Order: sequence, then C-alpha cells, then structure tokens
Amino acid sequence: MILVALIGILFLGGVLAWLSERLDSKLPRVIALAALVLDLLLMLTLLGGDSADGSWIVALNVQWLPRFGISFHLAADGLSVLLLLLTAFLGIIAVGSAWIEITERSGFFYFNLLWTLAGVLGVFTALDLFLFFFFWEVMLIPMYFIIAIWGHENKNYAAMKFFLFTQVTGMLMLVAILTLAYFHYIQFGFFSFDYFDLLRVTTSSAVEMWIMLGFFVAFTTKLPIVPFHSWLPDAHSQAPTAGSVILAGVLLKTGAYGLIRFAVPLFPVASLNFAPIAMALAALSILYCAKVAFAQTDLKRLIAYTSVSHMGFVLLGVYAWNEIALQGAVMTMLAHGLSAAALFMLAGSLQHRIHTRDMRDMGGFWAKVPRMSAVALFFSIAALGMPGLGNFIGEFLALLGAFQSNLPMTVLATFGLIFASVYSLWVIQKIFHGEYSNSKFNDSHLSDLSRRELAYFGAMILGLVWMGMYPQSFLDLTATALQGLLAGTQELVSTVVQN
Amino acid sequence: MTLADLVPLLPLLIVSSTAVLLMLQIGIRRSHKVTVVIALSGLLLATVVAVLMMPTMNQQLTPLLIIDQYSLFFTAVCCAAAMVIVILSYPYLSRLDDDKDEYYLLLVIATVGAIVMVSSNHFVSTILGLETLSMSLYGMVAYPLHSKESAKYPLEAAVKYLVLSAVSSSFMLFGMALIYAQTGTLAFSSLDSDAAVSLSDSYAIVGVLLLISGMAFKLSLAPFHMWTPDVYEGSPLPATAYLATIGKTAMFVVLLRFVIVTEALRYEAVMIVFSLIAVLSILAGNVLALLQNSLKRILAYSSIAHMGYLIIAVIASYFATSTISIEAVTFYLLAYMIMSLGAFGVASVVSSSEKEFDLVSDYQGLFWRDPWLALIFTGMLLSLAGIPLTIGFIGKFYLFFAGVESALWVLLLVLVVGSGIGLFYYLRIVYHLLLPAPTRPQFSSAANENLGAYGVLTILFLLLLLLGVYPARLMTLIETVAAFI
Repeated sequence: MILVALIGILFLGGVLAWLSERLDSKLPRVIALAALVLDLLLMLTLLGGDSADGSWIVALNVQWLPRFGISFHLAADGLSVLLLLLTAFLGIIAVGSAWIEITERSGFFYFNLLWTLAGVLGVFTALDLFLFFFFWEVMLIPMYFIIAIWGHENKNYAAMKFFLFTQVTGMLMLVAILTLAYFHYIQFGFFSFDYFDLLRVTTSSAVEMWIMLGFFVAFTTKLPIVPFHSWLPDAHSQAPTAGSVILAGVLLKTGAYGLIRFAVPLFPVASLNFAPIAMALAALSILYCAKVAFAQTDLKRLIAYTSVSHMGFVLLGVYAWNEIALQGAVMTMLAHGLSAAALFMLAGSLQHRIHTRDMRDMGGFWAKVPRMSAVALFFSIAALGMPGLGNFIGEFLALLGAFQSNLPMTVLATFGLIFASVYSLWVIQKIFHGEYSNSKFNDSHLSDLSRRELAYFGAMILGLVWMGMYPQSFLDLTATALQGLLAGTQELVSTVVQN
Repeated sequence: MTLADLVPLLPLLIVSSTAVLLMLQIGIRRSHKVTVVIALSGLLLATVVAVLMMPTMNQQLTPLLIIDQYSLFFTAVCCAAAMVIVILSYPYLSRLDDDKDEYYLLLVIATVGAIVMVSSNHFVSTILGLETLSMSLYGMVAYPLHSKESAKYPLEAAVKYLVLSAVSSSFMLFGMALIYAQTGTLAFSSLDSDAAVSLSDSYAIVGVLLLISGMAFKLSLAPFHMWTPDVYEGSPLPATAYLATIGKTAMFVVLLRFVIVTEALRYEAVMIVFSLIAVLSILAGNVLALLQNSLKRILAYSSIAHMGYLIIAVIASYFATSTISIEAVTFYLLAYMIMSLGAFGVASVVSSSEKEFDLVSDYQGLFWRDPWLALIFTGMLLSLAGIPLTIGFIGKFYLFFAGVESALWVLLLVLVVGSGIGLFYYLRIVYHLLLPAPTRPQFSSAANENLGAYGVLTILFLLLLLLGVYPARLMTLIETVAAFI
C-alpha cells in the first residue's frame, strides 16, 4: 500500500498545487515541497523494512485488466528503494531550484513536475510490463509541457524532439512487450504481463534477439547512448533548470533501471550475445560525447554531452553483468544524478543572473562570485571522477567489473576518465578564471549563491562525499536485489556458454 | 408478423417515430427548443431500450436485419453520439437566421440509417441504411446555406460529397450485382467459404474489390480520401462531427461484419488491397495532416490515418484464433467516437453557424483564457495521439495486440511510424494552446451561454479518462459483444 501512497501523493499533490494557484501564486511551490518531503519520509520507512519474501521489501498485486491478464503490480527491492530515494531527493532539489525562477503559471508548473516524478516512481516500482509501459509514457507529457512552456528560446523544437524520440522508441518497446506476452500466451495458455510470468518465457534465439532490441532501443534512447542521444542536448539546453535537474538526475536513470530490471533478466541469452555490441556502443558513447562536449560553447549543452558520456559507464557496467559492474552502474546512476543535477543548477543559476549560457562571453567569475565558483569546482571535480567522491566509486566499479568480461572495450572506455578531466577543468578555467569582462552581458544581477542555494548545494555535496567515503552503505542496500537478478540469469547463461 | 416480432426493432422504431414526431411538430409550430427536446428524448429512449435489450437479444429479423448484441451495442453508441451532437448543435445553430428545425429532422433520419447499417448482414439493408444516412448528411452539410459569412463553403462541400458519394455507391452496387449474378442471393453469407453456390474466384474478387472501394470511400481510406478534407472544412462543425463519428462508425461496422462473415480476406488479392489501403491511409493521412493549418482539415487527415489503423485490426482478424482483433476494432471505434466528438465539440462550442474558429492559431493561449475547455481539448488530442491515461492509449494497445497476435510486423512498423508522425500535428495544436494568449483573443469564453455543451464535453472528458485508466468493465462487455459477430 505504501507504494500506492507514494505515487498517489504526488498525483494528488500535483492537482492540489494547480488548484491552489487561484488562492495564492506562492502556494503551489509549498504544496509541491510538502508532497515531496512527505514522500521522502515515507520512503525512509522502507529502508528499515525486512524483506519477507525474497528480496522484495514491499509488494502489491491487484487485478487491473483481467482480459489481458494485466495486474496492478508494484513492488520495491533495495535497488528500487535507492532510486526512489534519489527521485524524491532530487525532486525536492528541483522544487528548490524552481523556487524563484518559475514565476509564471507556477501552479501548472508544479503540477507537471509532480506528475513527472509520479510517473518515475511508477517506473521504478512497476512489475507488470503493461503498468511499466503505462508509467513510462505518463512521465513524458508533463516533461514535454515543462520544456515547451517554461523553456528557453528554442523550446518548441527541443520539446518536440524529446517527445518524438522517447515516444516512438517507446512504441517499439510496446510491440516488444506485446510480442513477449503473446509468446507467453502460446506457451502457457493464458495472457499475462506479469514480470515473473514473462521471466519464464523461452523463445527461439532470433525472436529473443528482436524482442530484446525493442527494449534496448527504448532504454538506450532514454539513457541516452550514441546514436540515440541527439534529443538530449537540445532538451537540456532549452529546459528550465528544474526540468534539467529532473531530466538528468532522474529521467535518464529510468533507462538504466529498465536495462537492469527488464532488458537483461528477461532475455539473458540474447543479452549475452549482444553484450559486445552494447559495450562497444557504451565505449563509443563515452569517447564520442566527451569529445563533442569539448567543442561546445553553450554551457548547458556541454553538461548534457558529459551526461551522455557518463551514462556510457552505466551501459558498460550493465552489460558486463556481474555483481561488481552492476554495483558500479548503480553507484554511477546515483552519483551522476547528484553531480549532473548540481551542474545544471549552476548553469541555470548563472543563466538566471546574466541571461546567457555562452561560455565565450564568460571569464574570471571567481573574483565576483567566489562561493558559486567553489561549488562549481567541487562538482566538476566530482564529475571527472576524483577518488573520495561518489562518481569515482561508480565508474571505478563499473570498469573493474567490465574488465572481467570485455577487456578491449574497458580499456577504451577508461580513456573517458581522462577526457572527463580535460573538459571539466577546461570549463572551470574558461568561466571562473582568466580576465573578467562584462561587455557581452549585463552583470547587475550577478550575485553570489544565496542561503537557499547554498543549502541544497550543501546537501548534494554531502551526498556525494558520503557515497565516496562510505559506499558500502549503498552497496549493501542493493546487493540482495542485484544478486537475485544475477542468480536468475546465471543458470541460463552458463548453460549457453557451455554449449 | 406478430407484435412480438417488432420488439427487437424497438430502437429503430423509436428513432423513426421521433423523426415523424419532429415532422409533425415542425408542421404545427416551429420552436428550436421543442425540436431539440423531442429529438433528445427520442434518442435517449432508443439508447436506453437498446442497452436494456442487449443482454438477451440475438435474432435474425427477416433476411435483412440481424439484431444481436453487437448491433445493439453500436445502436446504443450511435444514438448516444447523436444526442451529443444534438446538444452541440443547439448553441451552434441558435444564431442562424433561418429555420433551424429541419436540421434535427435530418440528424434523426441519418441516425435511422446508421442503426440499419450496424444491424445489416445483407446487401439490401446495407444500401438502404447507407443511402438514408448519406442523403440526410448532404442536407446537414449544406444546412447553413443562407448564413452570412458562415462555414466557408457548405454548398460546395455538399455537392462534392453528393457527387462522389453517389459514384462510390454505384461502385458498391455494381459489386453487389456481380456477386448476385453468380450466387442469386444478397446475404453476406452467400460469399463465405462453405456457401451453397460458390463464386468463381475472378467474379468474387472483382465484386468484393468494387464493394470495398465503395466502402473505403465512405470511410475516407486512401486512395479514396480526396473528398474528406474539403467536405470536413466546408461543413458546419456539428455536421462534420456527425460525418466523422457516426457516419464512419456505421460504415465500419458493416465492413467488419462483411469481412468476417464472407471471409473475404481468404482471397489473396483482397488481402493485398486491404494491406495497401492500410499502409497508404496511415502514411498519407499523417503526412498530409502535417501541412494543414485548419483544425478541421487536420482532423480530417487524422481520421484517414485512424481508419487505416483500424484496417490493421480487420486484417488481423483473419489470422487470429481469438476474438481480440474484433474487440480491438470495437473498442477503437468507441474510443475514436469519444475523442473525435470531443475535439469537434470544443471547436463547435466556440464557433457558431455565423463564424467558425477553425485555424489552429485561433486557439492560441486557450489554456490561460479558458483552462477547462483547453484541458478537455488537450485530453482529446493526446488521446488521438494515443498517450496513456486516455482511452486512445487503450485503443492503440488493443490494435498493437491484434497486430502482434497475427504477426503483422510490417503493418505494425507502419503503425509505429504513423503514430510517430501523428504526434507532430497533435502536439502542435497542444503547443498553440499553451502559448501566451494574444492581446485580442478571437473569441471569449462562452461557458455561461453553453452550459449544455460544456456539460457534454465534460462528460466526454471524464469518460476519456475513466476508460483510459480503468477500462476493465468495458473490456468485458466488448468481449461478450464481439463473440456475436
């Protein structure tokens, strides 16, 4: 029931926030914050929960559409809970970043924000594939609105591109889901979209490969991975800050989660055969996007490309499919969620102050805004993978795990860490060092970070340091869930390897 | 024929006598309000009777009509939709400087035609129903003939529709004649694989293809779609809504029954033609809709595409072992009815017979001027695009399922591409709704004047959401109903 409550609170909070705008334009943000804090507190109660049946901490299974054997099946294990916490945490941060930035139609804005997050929570907990697809699509429309209404100069194009990419590949996934369900029907004689039922389906290897590709394309478009990444830089550069935070911090992670939870366990053999290609795409993504990031002049586009580059490590870790690599992928998801969100917020607060994102116009800000500069330096260093911070743990574990399964691609991918240092430091040098000049923009509003901003950046810094210094607390949480997933596929995979 | 034989005909009789009653009322004293009340109560009664009869009735009544659960289901749906259109027509026509009453008469007679069509499994009743429906529609399309600046070209649209519709009817008749020349009967069942007199293949194929081209014209399937945008654009909005919803649905039910009963898809040529029609309709409809600025033309092209989607499920029905493809057609027709009525309804609420607001840019910033109406409109458009939480999503899910069940991979790919293109123009309208409102809006919110129309739109919107989130009961109903075809 608690999972329904988590999702329901956000749906309801969204409607309330929208309605409350009539009373007072400042009320929606308070309601949104309250709903998210309530959610976060509820999620914390899940942490102490004991897993009664296997690795699932809570589960709920109610019939929904009996004609197709579709049930309203929600459940959470350690992996889900961790991602739920990330979602609620970044949701609160996003509300914080929108606190003064969004002044127009704030009711509708927070409605969309909460509904997107509700969809994300649904994705992280759904165990019925129809339900999963349902939530997968539910999060799109509000996100489209966020970009299309509150975005920047080229918002219509960016919003449309985002929507088309994710929706069309989503439909390919729908076809894949239906095909899988149909094979289940042929094999067992009844319709079902339940995760555990579909796990038992066996198909010929060619069919399995095609179905797997349907999932893979949808998830890697969301992640995103080259060549499906081109929507992301546009969406990020045009979205309002809070939109970018949600997009980079949470939405991209749904793709990774889908790979870990669905794409590989449902199709272990096809995934094993496909792994070299997937890992090659991951390495390509890491190197190519790092290179492209270096060529950007738009600060937000640059961060967007680094996002794609870092997500390559997640894909690498997932397709290495051993415990260390998966732990690394999950850690990267969490750490990148915080660091990328923070970088987008810094870019957003800069844009809010000087109304430009063009790095060619910037320089020498350290003297003007020392606190902001220090914070930016911290997150850049976190993003480039400095030991002692969360990103390092994630990427290191992912590479360590991948090393055991595909040496050449791992070696290639490792170069990504070097490129990351180059572009991260280059950004710092470009914006915060050098000669200060305000010829290209009006700097009358260029003030240092406020207390509110310091508070949420502080929280994120704390999170990253915690992940870097004491990662075991996170690894323990996901270990059971990941071992369960691995054990399920291990048997099948090992028989195939022997043959 | 005893009195008991008339019971199954009750919905048809009620609607017919409503038409007679309307005629008498017009003869005695003209009153827009009274006419609307009579039309509404007649249609309501017919809906209720059809719903009550549904669980038990299954009867072939004369060779012409079959009154089973399937036909009663669509009888109820058509009557209910006709009620919605009557309610939308009232404010639309209220400023017309001409007699308004005959419009409702035509609407009720057209509904009689639709009821005959959904209950027909015989060529004669098909033609009778179709012509009754079409004849009344010509009148409805041309209705605001004397209004000053009105719907742009009602007369042009009506003549265009009349001429092309007559041509297509003659195609159908010729096809029927060819079939009759061989088999000597006009029942659909004369064509099925184990009929007494079997058709020679060439006769059957030519006959069936002629019939199908006539039907494809009425359903505005590519390449017989040319008339659709012009007629949609020229007609007054409620008439367009009628044409797009009830007109299409009734024809599609006939097509479905024809294809299922005659097993026409067992001929390879027919199968190829159907597949081509589906692909062409989906692509042509979606691509051409991209180029339009007029709301009616966009909806016209989108209806071409939606009919194409439906044909996929019809094709799937031939390969399938379960009835899911028939259920898919049934569900999608209902869904399409709700969302089209909603979309046309929104345009109709802000328009009148004197001035129609048809351009996408007319609706700029509606979200901030009339949030409720804009929300309804957004819901309808997203449903047409097949986004979750709406009935359109469940409908599309059904279609995909039918396609997967019959392994129609190429058609499914076209469906994915078509829906992808479709997002563009639906979202473009939504985007216009979200833009800042212009300083001098084209029309003001009319919620207070059009309470009835707003109420109906609200009900449609709630249905759209309810059936999009919890369609389980409707699914069960459709499952039972679909077993009868």
